[in-house]
Amino acid sequence: MEINMTFLGQMISFAILVWFTTKFIWPQISGAIEERQKKVADGLAAAERARAELKDADAKVAVEIKQARQQASEIIDKAQQQGNQLLEKARAEATEEINRLKAQAQDDIASMAQRAREQLREQVGALAIQGASKIVQREIDPAAHKALLDQLATEI
Amino acid sequence: MVSEPQGGLTEYIQHHLNHMVINFRPDAGAFWNVRVDSIVVSFVLGALFCLWFWLYARKATSGVPSKGQAFVEIIVEFVDTQVKDTFHGDRRTVTPLALSIFMWVFFMNAMDLLPVDLGGWLVHTFAGAETAHHTFFRMVPTADINTTIGLSVAVLFIVIGHGIKAKGGFGFGKELITAPFHAEGPVAKTILVLPNFFLNVVETLSKPVSLAMRLFGNMYGGELVFMLIAGLMVSWISFVPGVVFNTAWAIFHILIIALQAFIFMMLTIVYIATAREHH
Repeated sequence: MEINMTFLGQMISFAILVWFTTKFIWPQISGAIEERQKKVADGLAAAERARAELKDADAKVAVEIKQARQQASEIIDKAQQQGNQLLEKARAEATEEINRLKAQAQDDIASMAQRAREQLREQVGALAIQGASKIVQREIDPAAHKALLDQLATEI
Repeated sequence: MVSEPQGGLTEYIQHHLNHMVINFRPDAGAFWNVRVDSIVVSFVLGALFCLWFWLYARKATSGVPSKGQAFVEIIVEFVDTQVKDTFHGDRRTVTPLALSIFMWVFFMNAMDLLPVDLGGWLVHTFAGAETAHHTFFRMVPTADINTTIGLSVAVLFIVIGHGIKAKGGFGFGKELITAPFHAEGPVAKTILVLPNFFLNVVETLSKPVSLAMRLFGNMYGGELVFMLIAGLMVSWISFVPGVVFNTAWAIFHILIIALQAFIFMMLTIVYIATAREHH
């Protein structure tokens, strides 16, 4: 164990080494590390922000969906009401129409029956006259016997 | 074993404890010796560390790091965390210092894991037995007291520099003679100047001595044990236990290598942190 010039040499070596590390190694590596740390921190903050925004958006969407659903149900209700009204109106109109048509038809039937009765009466009158003329064997003057014939026709 | 001289284990170990020495002034005594092996190995290892870290520092990216960069960053951040926990202040010079100490001491300690006879065998094989008999080479620079003292004295200068920078030249000088014993009144203060100064000198000088001795003792002892174990492998009877002991000691030594590098670094940081504190 002796101390000699090696001691000085090692001190100088050490000084060079420390200088080199301080100048060329530490600043670069620590700079890179710090920058990456900052990037990661920024990234995490951004992710956090995005998550919060997403949460906000979700809440907004939920409110909007609720509103939309409410509106839709309102619209459906209204549409149903309107439909019912329309149906009611249509039914009323149809009933009215039916009644009207029925009345008309009854009228028609009545007038047609009346006419048919008239014709029948006339034909029966004519037939009666024909029959009578055949029976009498002579021409009955329809004008002369009109009153008689009419009376006959009404009696039939 | 190849480079073993004729005189058995004692001489084998003594042979292995010799340094490769160049003396610039042979007439002026042993102080002018330069241990070439310590200087060269430590310088090569320091350069290796610089090159390795510089290659990754040069193209360090803040994006996705390569595996190599990530590994370098793990080491750097490990050291930085230790510094941050102990030292509260501007770390721009302290962390590089701690990193240099840690990596360099670790590399130098790790030389202990190379086979003790590897150097001798290489010389023997490539330069012949005669050269091998005269060539000494020790692979572990930290098992040389000059290396550890050199490191710790440099650390001492840095620590004193931090103290002066934090307190100013006057404050630093004043603390030398007024702490740790505080007194009221000029008489008592004057009496305490000498004891205070003496204690502070002892305290300051004990730092590099303890730093250097701890590292040196651990590595020197470790190296010695490796040599003793290597002595076991001389005979075929003790060869197998030799291998077992060697492996066990090497595995245990990995812990010591890392631990001693870590302790040296930690104590340096602690010394700097204490030097910056006001009493």
